Amino acid sequence: MIDTPTVDWLALSPTIALLGAAGIALLSALLPAWMRKSVAASAAVVGFVVAAVLAGYVFDETSTPEILLEGTMVQDQLAALAQVLLGVTGAVVVLASWGERRRENHAEYYALLATAGAGMVFFVGAENLMTLFLGLEWFSLCLYILVAIDTERETSLEAGLKYLIVGGFGSAVLLFGSALVYGATSELSFAAIAAADASSDSFLFAGLAMILAGLAFKVSAAPFHMWTPDVYQGSPTSVTAFMAAATKTAAMVVFLRVLVTAFPEQADVWTIAVAVLAAVSLAWGNLGALAQRDLKRILAYSSISHAGFMLMAIAANSELGGEALLYYLVPYSAMSIGAFAVIAARERELEAPVTLESLAGFGWERPYHGIALWIFMLGMAGFPLTGGMFGKLFVFSAAYDAGDWWLVLIGVAATAVSLGYYLNVVRWLYMRSGAELRLAPAGGSPPRDSALGVAIGAAVAVTVGSFFVVQPILDAANDAAKSLPF
Amino acid sequence: MLTTALILLPIAGALVVAVLPLPRQTTAGLAFLVALLEVGLWIVAAGRFDFDDGGLQLGTSREWVESVGISYSVGFYGFSLWLAGVTVIVFAAAIGYALWVGRERTRAYHALMLFLLGAVVATFASQDLLLFYVSFEAMLIPLYVLVGVWGGERRQAATVTFVIYTMAGSLLMLASVVAFGVTQGTFSLTESGTSDNVWIFLGFAIAFAVKAPLFPFHGWLPLAYREAPVEVAAVLSAVVSKTAIYGFLRIGLPKFPEPADDLSGLILVLACAGLVYGSLLAFRAPDLRGVIAYSSMAQMGLITIGVFAFDDLGLDGAVLLSVAHALISASMFLLVGMVEHRCGTGELDALGGMARGRPTLATVVLVGGMIALAVPGSATFAGEFLIMAGAYDQGWGYSVVVALGIVLAAMYTLRVISAILHVKPGRAVRDEALDLRPGELALVLPLLLILLGLSVWPALVSESAFAASTIAELLP
Repeated sequence: MIDTPTVDWLALSPTIALLGAAGIALLSALLPAWMRKSVAASAAVVGFVVAAVLAGYVFDETSTPEILLEGTMVQDQLAALAQVLLGVTGAVVVLASWGERRRENHAEYYALLATAGAGMVFFVGAENLMTLFLGLEWFSLCLYILVAIDTERETSLEAGLKYLIVGGFGSAVLLFGSALVYGATSELSFAAIAAADASSDSFLFAGLAMILAGLAFKVSAAPFHMWTPDVYQGSPTSVTAFMAAATKTAAMVVFLRVLVTAFPEQADVWTIAVAVLAAVSLAWGNLGALAQRDLKRILAYSSISHAGFMLMAIAANSELGGEALLYYLVPYSAMSIGAFAVIAARERELEAPVTLESLAGFGWERPYHGIALWIFMLGMAGFPLTGGMFGKLFVFSAAYDAGDWWLVLIGVAATAVSLGYYLNVVRWLYMRSGAELRLAPAGGSPPRDSALGVAIGAAVAVTVGSFFVVQPILDAANDAAKSLPF
Repeated sequence: MLTTALILLPIAGALVVAVLPLPRQTTAGLAFLVALLEVGLWIVAAGRFDFDDGGLQLGTSREWVESVGISYSVGFYGFSLWLAGVTVIVFAAAIGYALWVGRERTRAYHALMLFLLGAVVATFASQDLLLFYVSFEAMLIPLYVLVGVWGGERRQAATVTFVIYTMAGSLLMLASVVAFGVTQGTFSLTESGTSDNVWIFLGFAIAFAVKAPLFPFHGWLPLAYREAPVEVAAVLSAVVSKTAIYGFLRIGLPKFPEPADDLSGLILVLACAGLVYGSLLAFRAPDLRGVIAYSSMAQMGLITIGVFAFDDLGLDGAVLLSVAHALISASMFLLVGMVEHRCGTGELDALGGMARGRPTLATVVLVGGMIALAVPGSATFAGEFLIMAGAYDQGWGYSVVVALGIVLAAMYTLRVISAILHVKPGRAVRDEALDLRPGELALVLPLLLILLGLSVWPALVSESAFAASTIAELLP
């Protein structure tokens, strides 16, 4: 008789819910063609919503972190909060995907989306280098396929291949780093690595550096960001939205967890490393975005710069920093999904990639989409009346509190530069007339897409709402940050 | 509650105007009505205000982000109530002007104007550093679009320079807000203590210097004032610039007594330089808007001298001149708009001889001009005199510069008056160009009447701007 570990099904329920949804979505491939898409999409939406609700219940029930499954997973409020965010993000992405003009692969698309969501939900609860790697590969493999799912588009295939190669390299680096850390400490679990006194071991530092690099690939922090612009541009826009919001959330949360729980002794080294990563991402992302014309590439560089802001919070290595990071993720996720959803709307209308030029007059012709994109751009630039401002404020506060005032100044300078491209989008929206638009719109009124409209509306509501209702989000973020041993 | 109503009324109005699919004139009329209601609301607030009491009045405070000490906390002191008052009046005139000329995309235009009004009033009312930052920044959102969409030919360049300058200042201020708030543990202006950190003060000072604008941060000014729609330029120079003065009075001086004192010499010298340089540029500017834009810069230098004179005379004078300058620059910009509307240009070369056959225009321009050049007996003169007297203690040289500024103001104002009204009829002035219409007169006349009233009784503002206890709090 083999001893089986006791399983806390409740803590794993969000993952299971998503896997179940994925199964149903996949089975819908057997249904008649006309109902495939609706069944698959509904299954995915329900899966994400149920996962979010279950995670919310777990968040409510968990007061102190509990180690599950023989020290491989952890049930704490940090994981639960991230799972809520991921669930909501996923549900909104499904809504935004609904109008995608894809003739086939509906079942596979939604099944993969739900599976990727399940992987991320699993990933944020990892308490062990093995489960960390398992979770990472789980959602990454799904994303590689999702990026390349528009098999008739060359750019999609190209993006998929690029993502596969670079992402595979990142995973390999992470795995190698894990091996080195295991070699130095003979431990896999984060808490045990922290307890093992190996701080003088150079293998441990090499391992730590490689784990940092591997995770930096996933959060697309410079200088590990090379794949981001190409992949964001080539992927189907709804997949880009999912990667921008959900991958970032999952990877950032794990980034924070690994460093704080497994390497507290080495904090004086990794805080500097993370701060440098943040500074480089801020500089590279913002300067790179200035030169772009394609909106998806602009947002890709912007997501690199946002990674920089979030890493500033991690570099603070404090509860305040964790809180700031988790708050930041809320408006950030909403803004990026929303912005990509608006791009998707324009793309479906023009049937061409969306560049700055193709936004000319868009704001006046489609007031709803125009105002929404305006709000998202202002929010990403950190203007008031959007949660983006508080995100920046909290991140700066955490960095200042940790003594990184130089990082605050870099953040401020980066924000100033970022206005160059965010406001440029607004300029094209409202200050150029539609007559300048060379691409003729497909003709007639734009395709009606109420699911997309709902997704955009939800994103606007969260972006603006997180400005007015700050304290509840911050309280939740604070509870979550408390589950880490700062 | 009254203060919150003053902030929310225009914002709610903006939403209504933006959403309701009304005909153009009705939309504009509705916006004008909201602006007039706002004036009425301010009068009610002023009626309830006790000017002898030095504390914060009409205050409301609600927790916003408790854990970091951010609150929605608003209220007025004497000086800020006057600044808010002049804001609502100038906005009513500006929105009325937009109604009169009829702007394209009316719903968006008036929604943005009303939103801007709400943001400016919120800035003057904020008693929390973060709320101040939020409203200070929020002003930029509508301004960016107002200049960029409805502006003149070079509007895009104007918005870009304007936004780069302003945001560079604002972001430095954000860094300072973070540093101040984190060190103090609260963002509330009423609860926080003072700081002696020069760098934090500098972050604020630069943001205010850009907004005012003070020399040498005025690079955005000529383009923005020339390219903005004329009533937006009026609002920019009249009231948006005064948020910088409020910032100095509410944050710069009371929160950073030592740094403000240490740097006052530098700021006074820059303000003096701005006063003289702005006046000279105004004297040389080839067009109406250029003259008013640079004169605005000169006047802001003068007001700043009053603020950093560090005595009650200077402070009283600064507030009085802020109010008077807001009214006069708004009426001058509106008059410029009316002249440009008739002649199609603001080039001084092409204008002239408009007094003949246009008695109303001539009278109004002359009266406005006389107040602008601070003829003794006018409200502007009273303000400038107080500032001159106040600056004397800091060094007689400053008073000399102020006096020089007054002389230069006379030169450029007289130049512009004669360029519009006298000399030979310019090539852009057609004989059939009408005199001021009653509608236009109704917009400018109230502003000038208030100015005449203040000229008769400047003490209404100067005596009530600061209660004695407030002065003691402000001065190091």
